[in-house]
Amino acid sequence: MTTQSISYVSTAEIPSSPPPGNAKGFPAWARQNLFATPLNSLTTILIGLFLAWALPPILNFLIFDAVWFGDSREACIVEGAGACWAFVNAKFGQFIYGRYPLDERWRVDLVFILFVIGLVPIAIPKVPYKGWNALYLLLVFPILAFILLCGGFFGLEAVETSLWGGLLVTLVVAVTGIAASLPLGVLLALGRQSKMPVIKMASVIFIEFWRGVPLITVLFMSSVMLPLFLPPGTNFDKLLRALVGVALFSSAYMAEVIRGGLQAIPKGQYEGAAAMGLGYWPSMYLIILPQALKIVIPGIVNSFIALFKDTSLVLIIGIFDLLGIVQLNFTDPNWASPVTPATGYIFTAAVFWVFCFGMSRYSLFVERRLDTGHKR
Amino acid sequence: MKNTFIPVLAGAVVAMTAVSAANAATLDDVKKKGFVQCGVSTGLAGFSNPDDKGEWTGLDVDYCRAVASAIFDDPKAVKFSPLSAKERFTALQSGEVDILSRNTTWTMSRDTQMGLAFVGVTYYDGQGFMIPKSLGVSSAKEIDGASVCVQTGTTTELNLSDYFKANGMTFNPVVLEKLEEVNAAYDAGRCDVYTTDASGLYAIRLTMSKPDDHMVLPEIISKEPLGPAVRQGDDQWFALNKWVYFALLNAEEMGITQANVEEMKTSENPNIKRLLGVDGDFGASVGLSADWAVKVIKGVGNYGEIFARNVGTETPLGIERGQNALWTEGGLQYAPPVR
Repeated sequence: MTTQSISYVSTAEIPSSPPPGNAKGFPAWARQNLFATPLNSLTTILIGLFLAWALPPILNFLIFDAVWFGDSREACIVEGAGACWAFVNAKFGQFIYGRYPLDERWRVDLVFILFVIGLVPIAIPKVPYKGWNALYLLLVFPILAFILLCGGFFGLEAVETSLWGGLLVTLVVAVTGIAASLPLGVLLALGRQSKMPVIKMASVIFIEFWRGVPLITVLFMSSVMLPLFLPPGTNFDKLLRALVGVALFSSAYMAEVIRGGLQAIPKGQYEGAAAMGLGYWPSMYLIILPQALKIVIPGIVNSFIALFKDTSLVLIIGIFDLLGIVQLNFTDPNWASPVTPATGYIFTAAVFWVFCFGMSRYSLFVERRLDTGHKR
Repeated sequence: MKNTFIPVLAGAVVAMTAVSAANAATLDDVKKKGFVQCGVSTGLAGFSNPDDKGEWTGLDVDYCRAVASAIFDDPKAVKFSPLSAKERFTALQSGEVDILSRNTTWTMSRDTQMGLAFVGVTYYDGQGFMIPKSLGVSSAKEIDGASVCVQTGTTTELNLSDYFKANGMTFNPVVLEKLEEVNAAYDAGRCDVYTTDASGLYAIRLTMSKPDDHMVLPEIISKEPLGPAVRQGDDQWFALNKWVYFALLNAEEMGITQANVEEMKTSENPNIKRLLGVDGDFGASVGLSADWAVKVIKGVGNYGEIFARNVGTETPLGIERGQNALWTEGGLQYAPPVR
């Protein structure tokens, strides 16, 4: 700076002053969000008190007093013991695989990995080759999973489904139900709106029948009554029966969700499609369904989540899903203790929550992404 | 268990299909497929429950293993079907399972209308009482005026009032809807006495905050004979199952154990010689080899060993033999001789 400027105009921007102390940081945030109005303050205080009252015992039970290691109930029956995580630890293999043979469990792991390999890229919009990916997930993966899980091919030891259990069964039932119910539901919803009386009638009867009976009844009939009607000796797989029951049941619900979407599409869209010279299937595929499905994403995911949780009902026909196998293990005298059931249920709830919450968040993401400004 | 409609309905359906399933020679089928299909409960401590490895263990489970040992000389040649209380009879009738070993009470209607043939009583259960040790009571006759926790809507409630009336005592019922509620009420000290089936009491005791502070009184006030059952109409299979059970009892009576069964073959006792097939060929009459009982005992041990291993005093359940002791020791377990 050789020449001292005489200009009184500042050459540099004056750095902005920090906001006053009471307008930034935690106090400001708290005042804005927690203590904005008297009612707001009161609620904050009440909730704070509630947390202060409830949280320490919960944390004590779950973490600080919890028993993490041990070989039997002796570890968990000590005075003032919290959650018996040693129980979950000892039974973890069963909770995931059921009674799947120990030496063959790598096959289940492989199926889980293959599933994730297919699912993750298809769930991320940026990843290319969606078509191939879908082909893998809908055609290649089910075949691979079937071969790996059931065995009996390529020198793999056959593992009958009565040995499956735990998270494996929960996922098999849920994924099959979800994968089968969406296409079936679309077809049924279209069928119900069809102008052809036979198809319409068939769809209506199917939907109303399956919606009219409780899932428990369906499962119970499939496992208890069906064998009596079949010729003795024909004993087709219990899990398969449950899968078919769950898939048909959930497709009826799915059909009604999708019908809601179809009815929300203005008549002009149908007429527009017809004016373009499109036939029934192209107009459905190109114009109506993309809009209808987008509208009902929350409903569809709602059905998926309900279905995921309903899988626990297979317990009544002696198939042990995650909840079933956890409950079954409460009866092991080596682990019976006052805290064992609570621990088992907390573990199960946590696993279910992770899956359901994941689905719910992903559906929100998809909804935002597909939002083309037609918010109603 | 106490609902009458479902058994009647199931009985009707069973009657329709019984003819088709009944005539099959179960033993031939079992030998052909290479394993015994055994219906067990969906989890009952000490009777059929999974261990840490997920293998089924328990008294009911070991009975099926004994049958498998008799046929295949391999206690592992069993596949287990966990059955709910509602499924169990149809599963047996439809041929889904070969044996129903699922803590099922032997009653007349089940033995006749339901098409079941009960093999024997592997566990004499019955309604009992649990009390805190601090009460200082050693007999159910001393609990006059006590408050009793009981689950509502079961025959348990009825048996309870009958028992107190018959003995000229009064009691204060604390009737609750759910099993968990009853457990919690008793654990919290809302009543002095807990009553339900004795095997259940031992399992419930384990879930108390201080199991050792509670005891089950020796009195049993109702009859719940639990045992395995097979389909009616296949006498050979029925006899085989019966004699496997008798072999377990006879072995205990004669002091034959899993460990000493080979030495016992050289015994001079004619009863032992006949049981172990050293003398005569009794196995052939039920379609088994002469040394069928040796296989059974080698596979699972005698009745006493099975009892001790699964529910006995050395296990967490800690059930005394009581009525399930051999007849020679004041119990009810009695088996006809092998002759």
